[in-house]
Amino acid sequence: MDSERTIPAVSNDVWVFVEQRSGKAADVSFELLCKSHKLAQVMGGAVKSVVIGHQVKELAEETFRYGADEALLIDHPGLKQYRTLPYSRTLINLVRQFNPRIVLFGATIIGRDLAPRVASATRSGLTADCTDLQIADISYLRKEYKQLLLQIRPAFGGNIIATIITPDNPIQMATVREGVMEMHAQESSRKGTLTSIPYIPDELDEVVAIIEQHREENHVNLKAAPIIVSGGYGLRSKENFKLIHELAHVLGGEVAGSRAAVDAGFIPHERQVGQTGVTVRPKLYIAVGISGAIQHRAGMQESNKIIAINTDPDAPIFGISHYGIVGDAMEVLPRFIEVYKNKLK
Amino acid sequence: MYHSIVLVKQVPDTANITGNVMQEDGTVNRSKLPAVFNHEDKVALEIALQIKDTYGGTVTAITMGPPRASDILRECLYMGADRVYLISDRKFAGADTLATSYVLSEAIKKIGTFDFIFAGRQAIDGDTAQVGPQTAEKLQIPQITYVEEIRSVENGTVTAKRKIDGGFEIIRCALPVLLTVVKDTAEPRSFKAKRVMTYKGARSLMEIEKLVEGNSLLSVDALVHEYESRSLFIKTLTMDDLHLDLVRCGVHGSPTKVYKVESVVLNSGEHEHVEPTKAGIGKLIDKLMEDHILG
Ligand SMILES: Cc1cc2nc3c(=O)[nH]c(=O)nc-3n(C[C@H](O)[C@H](O)[C@H](O)COP(=O)(O)OP(=O)(O)OC[C@H]3O[C@@H](n4cnc5c(N)ncnc54)[C@H](O)[C@@H]3O)c2cc1C
Ligand SMILES: Cc1cc2nc3c(=O)[nH]c(=O)nc-3n(C[C@H](O)[C@H](O)[C@H](O)COP(=O)(O)OP(=O)(O)OC[C@H]3O[C@@H](n4cnc5c(N)ncnc54)[C@H](O)[C@@H]3O)c2cc1C
Repeated sequence: MDSERTIPAVSNDVWVFVEQRSGKAADVSFELLCKSHKLAQVMGGAVKSVVIGHQVKELAEETFRYGADEALLIDHPGLKQYRTLPYSRTLINLVRQFNPRIVLFGATIIGRDLAPRVASATRSGLTADCTDLQIADISYLRKEYKQLLLQIRPAFGGNIIATIITPDNPIQMATVREGVMEMHAQESSRKGTLTSIPYIPDELDEVVAIIEQHREENHVNLKAAPIIVSGGYGLRSKENFKLIHELAHVLGGEVAGSRAAVDAGFIPHERQVGQTGVTVRPKLYIAVGISGAIQHRAGMQESNKIIAINTDPDAPIFGISHYGIVGDAMEVLPRFIEVYKNKLK
Repeated sequence: MYHSIVLVKQVPDTANITGNVMQEDGTVNRSKLPAVFNHEDKVALEIALQIKDTYGGTVTAITMGPPRASDILRECLYMGADRVYLISDRKFAGADTLATSYVLSEAIKKIGTFDFIFAGRQAIDGDTAQVGPQTAEKLQIPQITYVEEIRSVENGTVTAKRKIDGGFEIIRCALPVLLTVVKDTAEPRSFKAKRVMTYKGARSLMEIEKLVEGNSLLSVDALVHEYESRSLFIKTLTMDDLHLDLVRCGVHGSPTKVYKVESVVLNSGEHEHVEPTKAGIGKLIDKLMEDHILG
């Protein structure tokens, strides 16, 4: 009988929902674990990974290397694939039982399907699509708050950056955009506690069935590329865009583009950088014929070094660039390629 | 026969933000932005109307918002909605997604039974995509988010194609269910001229109250009755009509707070100029090689 069970006081724990597809964790989950490790250090709490799936014990153990102190493992054949109802019910029960202080999800389709249900049932605040998280002491409406989570996110189609807080609620939840937090594995010897949680299937879950599933492995891995050459609408044609491929090739980098370049058919959508594309932070990002709209910048401004090539000296892209070349891409690119090849000789 | 409820929202037109909309303090001057019908919600309405066209039934559109949100409800009528509801009260103002879904779910319970609830995936101002799933959870019904196509509706189930990370899946679900749709799911139909003529005079409670203001010959009740008898009354639900918990509505019921807002200023600020010549580019490449960024 657990009628006597006292509700645990709110902890300082930071939870990360570890999203997996066919047993493989999404990068964003590891990114979030790394970030949570830092947040939990400031707060004096522990990092817990929540791993839901089937035959995912190894994955649960892998989360220790990225910063989890404890893994909550819910392993059952009925949980093999992500389904809204069993996953949300499982997480809702866990949150109610353990009262974490922070719960983080990737702002993926799965994260955005799951997190709102969990927040709704537990009446928690949920901030969408964050690009940064910080812990700070703040005063708000003349009250002082200690160690609050500052949840930083773009809104209004990317035209503003808002800092959202959840001041008076015990649980702060957020979804976080993929690729914005750094990911680095720690020593492989780092260990944690594995806690298995029993799962009880519910026949109501069966009202929803997955009939088919098609997923293409994304062969393009822009996020891991150290050098990216990115072309925009300023290239004018697919033919001209070949110069972007050529420069990327000689530099040993990947090709990317703006949405206008994708819409014009110069490159496929999987190579789009920005708010509705991929977020990248390479060593070098070369933006060619890209004006630097806010939605594009959102996906690349964390790059280590940025070179912009543009005919318009007032293009906003120059505002976040380290090096600016004012000139026609059709002349600058062949020069760049030629000069670089000569240096290698 | 299927009964659908469509969640619609009026939003500032964030796709066309220009300089004078952003204020000195970084906040958005909403009054300078035209208010529009959130496009994905129009798509949601279109899907509901298609289901009605094929199988019969009804389509009810609801919005929670300030009185001027009646504008989009009239547009719903022009497109073919059978009934529309404005859910409006000062006490609902300042709601985050949790408080919004609370009020919407209670209004839906009041409105009656349904087979489908349709919503847009996301509204273009808050951009959260949370209200749909939060409402489904509160109603204890399943959801299919990111729907790209309705494949079939039969024997009390719906089969839909939805987007997933890196692909798509086909889901079958028993009704009732909440679906959120993306913009390519359907092309919203244009307004029917005849319906525009009929419904452009439709008015909500607040709009009728405005008419009565300063005219002692009119009474709100009588006027509401008259609009109702001509099927021109936009049903209006306020705090008093819904048995709501005040602390779960509006600002009070919203755990998330906007602490700070900064506008994103675009300028062509500080950077090192590189001449577009071979010499200029050569120097840049040397520098990048020295820094181990290239080579
Ligand atoms: C909700 C929303 C989400 C969005 N998401 C994204 C996103 O994820 N990614 C994204 O990129 N955009 C996104 N956009 C679109 C974004 O607002 C811009 O429209 C887009 O980034 C513009 O692409 P561009 O810079 O290639 O084209 P343009 O803005 O047309 O710029 C072309 C540039 O090329 C320069 N140019 C022209 N000729 C030459 C030449 N011969 N040589 C060199 N330079 C030349 C011009 O001076 C200009 O600066 C989004 C928009 C919205 C509303
Ligand atoms: C800068 C800024 C940032 C914000 N960030 C957050 C945040 O992180 N978390 C949070 O909880 N709130 C946030 N809010 C508040 C949030 O925008 C409002 O609660 C808003 O009314 C609903 O959220 P949304 O626009 O994101 O809708 P979404 O959840 O994106 O809307 C999805 C769908 O739900 C339906 N829907 C939404 N609202 C209504 C309505 N009022 N009536 C009928 N149907 C509706 C529509 O079908 C819509 O397409 C923020 C607000 C601002 C101004």
